[in-house]
Amino acid sequence: MPTTIERSPPPTDDKRWHTVETRMRRLGNRPDALIEALHAAQEAFGHIDDDALHFIGRTLGLPPSTVYGVATFYSYFTLEPRGTHTCVVCTGTACYINGATSILDALRGAFDVTPGATTVDGRLSLVTGRCFGSCSLAPAAIVDGRVLDRVDAGDLVRQLETL
Amino acid sequence: MPGGPARASAYVCEAVSCLSTASHEVLTGLGAEVAATSLTDVAIKRVGCLGLCAEGPLVRIPETGELFTKVRPDALGPIVEALAAVTPGGARVDEAPFFGRQVRIATENSGRIDPEALEDYVAADGYAALRRVLTMMTPAEVRDEITTSGLRGRGGAGYPTGLKWNTVAKATGSPRYVICNADEGDPGAFMDRNILESDPHRVLEGMAIAAYAVGASAGYVYCRGEYPLVVSRVRKAIRDATRADYLGTTIMDTKFSFEVDVRLGAGAYVCGEETALIASIEGGRGTPVPRPPYPAVSGLWDRPTLINNVETFANVAPILRRGGAWFASIGTPTSTGTKVFALAGRVVNTGIVEVPMGTTLREIVFDIGGGIVGGRAFKAVQTGGPAGGCIPAEFLDMPVDYESLTELGSFMGSGGMIVMDETSCMVDVARFFMDFMREESCGKCVPCRVGTTQLYMLLTRISDGEATMADLATLESLARMVQRTSLCGLGQGAPNPVFSTLRYFRPEYVAHIEDRTCPAGVCRMGRAAVPA
Repeated sequence: MPTTIERSPPPTDDKRWHTVETRMRRLGNRPDALIEALHAAQEAFGHIDDDALHFIGRTLGLPPSTVYGVATFYSYFTLEPRGTHTCVVCTGTACYINGATSILDALRGAFDVTPGATTVDGRLSLVTGRCFGSCSLAPAAIVDGRVLDRVDAGDLVRQLETL
Repeated sequence: MPGGPARASAYVCEAVSCLSTASHEVLTGLGAEVAATSLTDVAIKRVGCLGLCAEGPLVRIPETGELFTKVRPDALGPIVEALAAVTPGGARVDEAPFFGRQVRIATENSGRIDPEALEDYVAADGYAALRRVLTMMTPAEVRDEITTSGLRGRGGAGYPTGLKWNTVAKATGSPRYVICNADEGDPGAFMDRNILESDPHRVLEGMAIAAYAVGASAGYVYCRGEYPLVVSRVRKAIRDATRADYLGTTIMDTKFSFEVDVRLGAGAYVCGEETALIASIEGGRGTPVPRPPYPAVSGLWDRPTLINNVETFANVAPILRRGGAWFASIGTPTSTGTKVFALAGRVVNTGIVEVPMGTTLREIVFDIGGGIVGGRAFKAVQTGGPAGGCIPAEFLDMPVDYESLTELGSFMGSGGMIVMDETSCMVDVARFFMDFMREESCGKCVPCRVGTTQLYMLLTRISDGEATMADLATLESLARMVQRTSLCGLGQGAPNPVFSTLRYFRPEYVAHIEDRTCPAGVCRMGRAAVPA
């Protein structure tokens, strides 16, 4: 078992740190709480920045290399801030054979943005997802948390333009 | 209902698929419209998946069997009228073939109970099997019943569940753990999501029975982070069941204790592999380690650990309630019971179906699935996820069971079934899956990390029309090497789509190489060759 380490304060007095602290404390501040803590940080702040990585590492008694290694291993975690709006295009099998590629092409044409990137003005982040289980409504996309079914590329571009 | 049971009820589907097409607005709208009428003996109820996701939002009137499809929140009149017209013991409508041909065991409560109401589950015989097991059976008797049932792992490989439980029970060391693998990573598979969204208590009950049978005291549901509704429903189910004494310490006043917690996955396909999943629950990178030792002997924190898939656990309570022999009488002699499939792709009735093992692909795709969208020609059905294979039309009459699918160069996998028509290019499909595997390779062993990338580059060259027949030979020999030398199932299975498409659709590869055309008109050079 890890030795008890000094309790380290959150990087700022932002109240959102409480949720991260609570999730870690509930799991005994043990190293195996790492992935849960990263989830909590991303839920609270939208992405996981260096402050969060260091804070989680200190609290769980893990070196920064381990924390960074885990945070970058899993595709769900993002270390970069997202744009004001996020569009996730599913590229799972059902969506792929139902035209996900043409949706990505249309978005690239309309907003000059590639998967994983954010527009220069910081307004829109484009992400690809590997199947969120909406295969029966393929092709699917998620715009700001809302699932869109049977997406038509043109409609999606118009929707994103008016956000 | 105030004043007794309802004369008529409307079951509104609130699984993710229907929710994304505004089923919650339908639910609240129906409640308001019914309240505005003089109907006082009508119940409006939230239920889990009704199955026919393609036609959502769905509303079902169980008293008559009527199913309303593509319901709009601003057009609820017909449903209210139908509710008013229900008479006790009145006529029932005929079920569509989509439903009539199914046999529901793992999904028997889906679309019938409120997934967030423990009392609904208990009213449907919920936790009855656990009570019987804890008060009337020894752990060995429970394991024997599972062995008799012939149940095999529903996550993909089909390992006999009874055998696995016995191995864990015989291993030394404590505490022991039970893990439910709910990290449904196969693109095109959404059975586990639907089971957990529609009936989370059934999976918890299966886990608790398993824990008693193998002597475990703690368990984890390892759940996909991408499924927020599943996470919240499972967490609520654990809280409710613990409060009601179905989980926790000294369950139902017996000596048996079992605590369950949720751990979130974070988007790594390799975590479907048992040892990688364990590494992830321990908080680390999800990289596999060589087996043996198997997790059954030395798993989570080096303790004996039972890992089963969601659907496997969903079958446990019915087996204990109705007997292993009953379960074994369904399906085929070596593949007993039913299998849940997620039907998607170019098929009319996309959604969740549960059929006896041994049902033919034709029955699933054409009778239940309603055939191909737009009346196009069927080309192949892809089973087993990215490590599975594509099965062509000439094998549509093969029964679906573990052995037959393996013989055809595919495998059962978790149950995703993607139907493809003539608009799909099989080289492009193989390239798509290799791209997936290349990204998902954890990078630990060289054959998988480097091999999948090289295979992807070769497939890209073929689909670009720049390959030679020598490249095709390299593709085949490299694919065999990756299959034989990779550390875990991800690398070993990665070449399967290449093998199966080459086995059944070799002329398409040759057309890309020798004629520089894509017969399906999907690949880039194929598109350029088609006159505008």
